[in-house]
Amino acid sequence: MKYVIIGSGVAGVAAAEAIRSQNTAGEIVLIGDDPHGYYSRPGLAYYLSSELPDKQLFSHTKEDFRKLHLHRIKGQVTQINPVQHQIEVTPNGRLHYDRLLLAVGSTAVRLKTPGADLKGVVKLDHLEDARQIVKLARKAKTAVVIGGGITALELVEGLTARGVKVHYFLRGDRYWKNVLDEEESRIILQHLQDDGVKIHLHTEDVEILGKKGRVVGVRTKDGRTIKCGMVAFAIGIRPRIELAQAAGLKVDRGVLVNRYLQTSAKDIYAAGDVAQVYDPLSGQFVLDSLWGPAREQGRTAGLNMTGQQTTYVKSAPFNVTRLAGLTTTIIGTVGHGQDEDLVGIARGDSETWRQMPDALIAQSGFDVNRLRLMIGEKRLLGAIVMGDQTLSTPLQKMITDGVDITSIRANLLQSDAPIADIIADYWTEWRVQHAS
Amino acid sequence: MSLQQMFRREASKRMALSAGIVAPDSARCVQCGICTYNCPIGIDVRRHVWQEQTVSDSHCLTCGECITRCPRGVLSFQRANLEAEAAK
Repeated sequence: MKYVIIGSGVAGVAAAEAIRSQNTAGEIVLIGDDPHGYYSRPGLAYYLSSELPDKQLFSHTKEDFRKLHLHRIKGQVTQINPVQHQIEVTPNGRLHYDRLLLAVGSTAVRLKTPGADLKGVVKLDHLEDARQIVKLARKAKTAVVIGGGITALELVEGLTARGVKVHYFLRGDRYWKNVLDEEESRIILQHLQDDGVKIHLHTEDVEILGKKGRVVGVRTKDGRTIKCGMVAFAIGIRPRIELAQAAGLKVDRGVLVNRYLQTSAKDIYAAGDVAQVYDPLSGQFVLDSLWGPAREQGRTAGLNMTGQQTTYVKSAPFNVTRLAGLTTTIIGTVGHGQDEDLVGIARGDSETWRQMPDALIAQSGFDVNRLRLMIGEKRLLGAIVMGDQTLSTPLQKMITDGVDITSIRANLLQSDAPIADIIADYWTEWRVQHAS
Repeated sequence: MSLQQMFRREASKRMALSAGIVAPDSARCVQCGICTYNCPIGIDVRRHVWQEQTVSDSHCLTCGECITRCPRGVLSFQRANLEAEAAK
């Protein structure tokens, strides 16, 4: 049996480990086009902020891969032929597969602004991008950051930590408005300002100005010119569906998969950012760009490629991240609508977060520690925990497991209710009652 | 090192262990490696988290550095079962 995995990110590596755990004899080929292979992509934020050296991002050693008996190829897959079970790889040529996994991830949506091809205009997709940013930050005194979501803030904070004066452009009146509420946005922007970031609300880039092929500034729609030595953008990501699409697989925003993570083509599976999976919470097929689900999908797809029938059940998506230095956990459904700073979702993001159903909201805290709960009929549908993370894990479990909150619902909805205390007490009690 | 000092060191380690062993919530981890990078004695904490295991390394000082440094709240102290540890 020959297993071919396209993509060397976490979904691909998790799949390879799962296949090997079941099938010791089969051949596993892992093909990736990232020159650096497998590393922690979310960890790039900590490399940018100088909390980690880049070599620390590599969790697996050569010995780890040797033990998996992987045939690793650095190359570009240019074509899939589902009927003949073959792929074309540059520079290796034609390869046969018995089972194929698409784990090719996503790519940054490019900036269309005139001048976006100038030297000094950067994104944050890969380690190579991060290294380029670090190099530019050594010389640039000023940078403009354009975009929304987590990646944009990683850029803002990373550059600020490296001593670059950052101008952060937002098209609307606040940050990440289809996930965060007004107060949460305000807290984050205030923190950024305190760190010396210049926030430009209602600001749109219309031209990136250059001199001798290099960025020297950005012209805005209202006619201002901000001088800068670099421009970093994070306006969203797109799953890399082109290969699947050309091969005739069913695609929507991502590659559509069933509950076994099989695509519409026989013996081809998809996992990670590229896969559009069924979400029981919303009843829709959705995209995530989250490490945890990508690993879990890779593992499930890998097991199923060996002949198992393991169902992937998407749980409430969550991410723990730092927004302007404030640790923030986002769980379940918390917002809705569009954000003009993003095209679709960004990295570290989930479409599910924006599918807020009819829910009542309870919130507390105003400055650093803030808690917002989305309260359904019988269970919590979502939460945002900012600052103090004591309730982060309990809420993650309560929302994921659909813990019945009927007995505390009325208390949570009272005005000025101490919702953190109510949740903490209830969780302690619930755990005692459900201790095995 | 005197016998008394050795005894004290062992006693304080036992006390720390009785307070806890470092345990992961692997679903939160993104394998960034900040835990491993900051471990004062070089334990590859990240690897334990990937394998969904507690940091069972007998050299672990339970100093809590990895817990404090992790930006995602992956790690916490869990009460250790000393009898089971001793039986190993």
